[in-house]
Amino acid sequence: MHKVYTKIVQIAGDVITVEAEGIGYLDIAEVQTRRGMSLAQVIRIDGARVSLQVFAGSKGISTGDKVRFLGHPMRVASGDNLLGRIFNGSGLPLDKGPALTENLVDIGGPSVNPVRRVVPGKMIRTGIPMIDVFNSLVESQKLPIFSIAGEPYNELLARIAVQAEVDYIILGGMGLKHDDYLFFRDTLEEAGALSRSIFFIHTAADPTVECLLVPDISLAVAEHFALNGKRVLVLLTDMTNFADSLKEIAITMEQVPSNRGYPGDLYSQLASRYEKAVDFDTAGSITILAVTTMPGDDVTHPVPDNTGYITEGQFYLKNAVIEPFGSLSRLKQQVNGKTRSDHRTIMDTMIQLFADYRETLEKQAMGFQMSAWDNKLLQYGKRFENEMMSLKVNIPLEKALDRGWEILADCFAPEETGIKKALIEQYWPKTR
Amino acid sequence: MHEQRSGTVVKINSNMVVARVEAPVVQNEVAFIEHAGERLKAEVIRVRASLVEMQVFEDTRGLRLGEKVVFTDELLSVELGPGLLGQIFDGLQNPLPQLAEKFGFFLKRGEYLEALPDQAQWEFAPLAKAGDTVRAGSKLGTVPEKIFKHAIMAPFDLSGTWEVERISPFGRYDLKTPVARLKNAEGKQRDVFLQQSWPVKIPIKAYAEKLRPSKTLVTKMRLIDSLFPVALGGTYCIPGPFGAGKTVLQQLTSRHADVDVVIIAACGERAGEVVETLKTFPTLTDPRTGKPLSDRTVIICNTSSMPVAARESSVYTAVTIAEYYRQMGLNVLLLADSTSRWAQAMREMSGRLEEIPGEEAFPAYLESRIASFYERAGLVRLNDGSTGSVTIGGTVSPAGGNFEEPVTQATLKVVGAFHGLSRSRSDARRYPAIDPLISWSKYPSFISAGQKERGHQVLRKSNDVSQMMKVIGEEGTSLADYIDYLKGEFFDSVYLQQNAFDPVDEATGQERQEYLFAFIHEILDADLAFGDKPEALQFFQKLRQLFRSWNSAAWKSKEFAALEEEIGLLVEKKRGPEKEKAHA
Repeated sequence: MHKVYTKIVQIAGDVITVEAEGIGYLDIAEVQTRRGMSLAQVIRIDGARVSLQVFAGSKGISTGDKVRFLGHPMRVASGDNLLGRIFNGSGLPLDKGPALTENLVDIGGPSVNPVRRVVPGKMIRTGIPMIDVFNSLVESQKLPIFSIAGEPYNELLARIAVQAEVDYIILGGMGLKHDDYLFFRDTLEEAGALSRSIFFIHTAADPTVECLLVPDISLAVAEHFALNGKRVLVLLTDMTNFADSLKEIAITMEQVPSNRGYPGDLYSQLASRYEKAVDFDTAGSITILAVTTMPGDDVTHPVPDNTGYITEGQFYLKNAVIEPFGSLSRLKQQVNGKTRSDHRTIMDTMIQLFADYRETLEKQAMGFQMSAWDNKLLQYGKRFENEMMSLKVNIPLEKALDRGWEILADCFAPEETGIKKALIEQYWPKTR
Repeated sequence: MHEQRSGTVVKINSNMVVARVEAPVVQNEVAFIEHAGERLKAEVIRVRASLVEMQVFEDTRGLRLGEKVVFTDELLSVELGPGLLGQIFDGLQNPLPQLAEKFGFFLKRGEYLEALPDQAQWEFAPLAKAGDTVRAGSKLGTVPEKIFKHAIMAPFDLSGTWEVERISPFGRYDLKTPVARLKNAEGKQRDVFLQQSWPVKIPIKAYAEKLRPSKTLVTKMRLIDSLFPVALGGTYCIPGPFGAGKTVLQQLTSRHADVDVVIIAACGERAGEVVETLKTFPTLTDPRTGKPLSDRTVIICNTSSMPVAARESSVYTAVTIAEYYRQMGLNVLLLADSTSRWAQAMREMSGRLEEIPGEEAFPAYLESRIASFYERAGLVRLNDGSTGSVTIGGTVSPAGGNFEEPVTQATLKVVGAFHGLSRSRSDARRYPAIDPLISWSKYPSFISAGQKERGHQVLRKSNDVSQMMKVIGEEGTSLADYIDYLKGEFFDSVYLQQNAFDPVDEATGQERQEYLFAFIHEILDADLAFGDKPEALQFFQKLRQLFRSWNSAAWKSKEFAALEEEIGLLVEKKRGPEKEKAHA
């Protein structure tokens, strides 16, 4: 019933141009090639010339191949049938299950009316003290993990996914190494979380264009759940690959690049994905944790830079720990006043003392003499690194706060911490 | 051009759509693309022979070639009238709460609601009478709106003088009923309504003259008011890297600034932040009026995931509404967060138009657009002799936090004050993170020039010593230098820094600032004698602690007086011998 066009007039990069009529912008088409069928999406219409990005890449496409337009934008199946399933970036099954075609939802739908959002106020507990105590994760927050290649960011994501108290987990993998994908699958399976997870996986070996769909598909499915009252955690790794795919297509389409080759709309493109994080006033929520690898550990690189302006803080993963300086949860103030009366004090005091410890380390490195206070700080800093910062630590918030008091009491006299008297009386360990 | 003009879509590239039109078209006129029952708003931005390039204010998915485009002959305009205060609009002046009521969680493309409901009734009290001579912007009557008497003015596009032919008596009228009729010498007649519309990209100029901004706008931030002041009718910008506290600064200013009306343009930023403003403002009390803060606020909100072209129009919508309230003789503050997103929207469109790119692919007209936007600020003398002002404060989000980029540089050329935020200050939790060493202001402060200069001097000297100490260590620094360093740190920590979470410290009024500055100036100039560095350090630490408590004590309270005395005694003890003599 859909008209088939066979006049492909241009193939450049992963974009083909076909002469066709009556085509809707962003509509989906099927391209039948000798390598099989691939989906493609309209990205420009100029008179009779319709340009499409081909998800499977343009390799092997012949100018005589058939293009069949489906007459609608990209859609994805949604609903409970997806749970426990694994799909590729085009929404086709990667596991042995059947293809799904129920409850189709459009991807990249309209944005939420700001007046229907609520001010976020529910903490997501992760069991990681550097998050729970110092930079609490809040439901509906959008937070990237800034990291350089080689850091255990996927391990961190998987741990948060397993431990976070949410209803569903959606993993969007972009340019993922195949073994990383297996790692996620196995970790979630071991923890028994696979049955409440959905994977959309684009591996490094898959065609570039498919990478572009992963965030949209993941978020469209998440949105469907959230509208039905579910609390969904979306994990995206790695958004830098997504941005690089955008760049590739933009250059192919001969767009004027703005900064280091990235298209001028990089900010809007990233924002339209991250802003899907939401707490609906009468329904569920979407929380987004996304990995952004920083080429050359450079936070001013266009991808982390634009991301930082969009997201509500960032976790800065360095030397396999969440670095307390540079990491920030903008929403923590909304929740850390409601947990335990010592939460904010422990957070502030321990960080200030840790900053002093770092200064002492510098002084030590420059060969200055260590005072008694410096030695106390050195002792404190080591304990803090091993018992709080290390990602091996896995304790609930309250235990972490108690541990904080213990470390403080082991290293300092109460007045040296500058903590208010009332709290000292209530929490300072008595046995010392 | 009264017959309907239309064309057909021939090219679609994201939010840039080209139509072929045979009839004449007007640059910047509004057009609607008709698509399957939806009408998508667009604006003509370039005309090439019969091809008309338009930016579409909506998502263009599904649009097809050959669809009809209808031209309206109207420039993109906003409705001005009673009912704007307290409202939340998108960049095209759609009221968001009403949209939510009608369409639920999501914004629906192609749906445009009236900004001001036509049927709303307002109590009109005439000021003018039949036979009066009026001109554009003359006040014909008033209606009560929240905290003001909202002036009903003669249309801003009148030229020359007109005579009031008829004016309605006191009573309730809706927005579509004429309340007056004017006529001019040529006998042309014109009805006046409670509401009028105005094209957003054209400044309202119905005033006698533009004056030089000279009076300080009190933001109640000590660092800004005392050292880098903003003037009523002036302009300022706040560039800063992400996480340096731009938005918090804007929020604090929107709460405490001593102005009549605040317009917040949330342009391409996080929706979450707007939500916080729009949920908290109705619950916060404006100390000036005792009414909720939302009563003096209009929010224009086009967050980062909303259509990009409307982001551009949102700043113009905001400034037009600001100018409207200025015409009533009010002081209006427009806060735009962030102008970089607006500039990026221009860049996106410029790229799609395939214009020759300038620096970092921004269009060549970036500077002139930024300049003409900020130029819409100003203090004006209206035709009736009263004054009104629009003050514009824009944040800039420079890529990589580097101020050497086109948007920051173009903005710095045209603003009167620069509040540069620095990452190092925000990392050190020194809020507000405005760097006093790089910021500047061309406006006068209520602090005397001499005292102010002394303040800058102390900060510069302190910074020099601190840099030096990093190299030669504390041991190698002379006691005199070390004291200068401590003085600067002291001034910074007790005066420049303000605790946004402390109910007293978060806002300091003019009187208290003057008092406090004079007090500190005295200490900074005092000849203090110390035996050694630890003694000096201890003294300043003690002083700092006392001052912080003093900052948290309510103005002129008992506690305030007690702390002042304690501080006075502490300083007196350390005065050097010469000063003692002088005092004796």
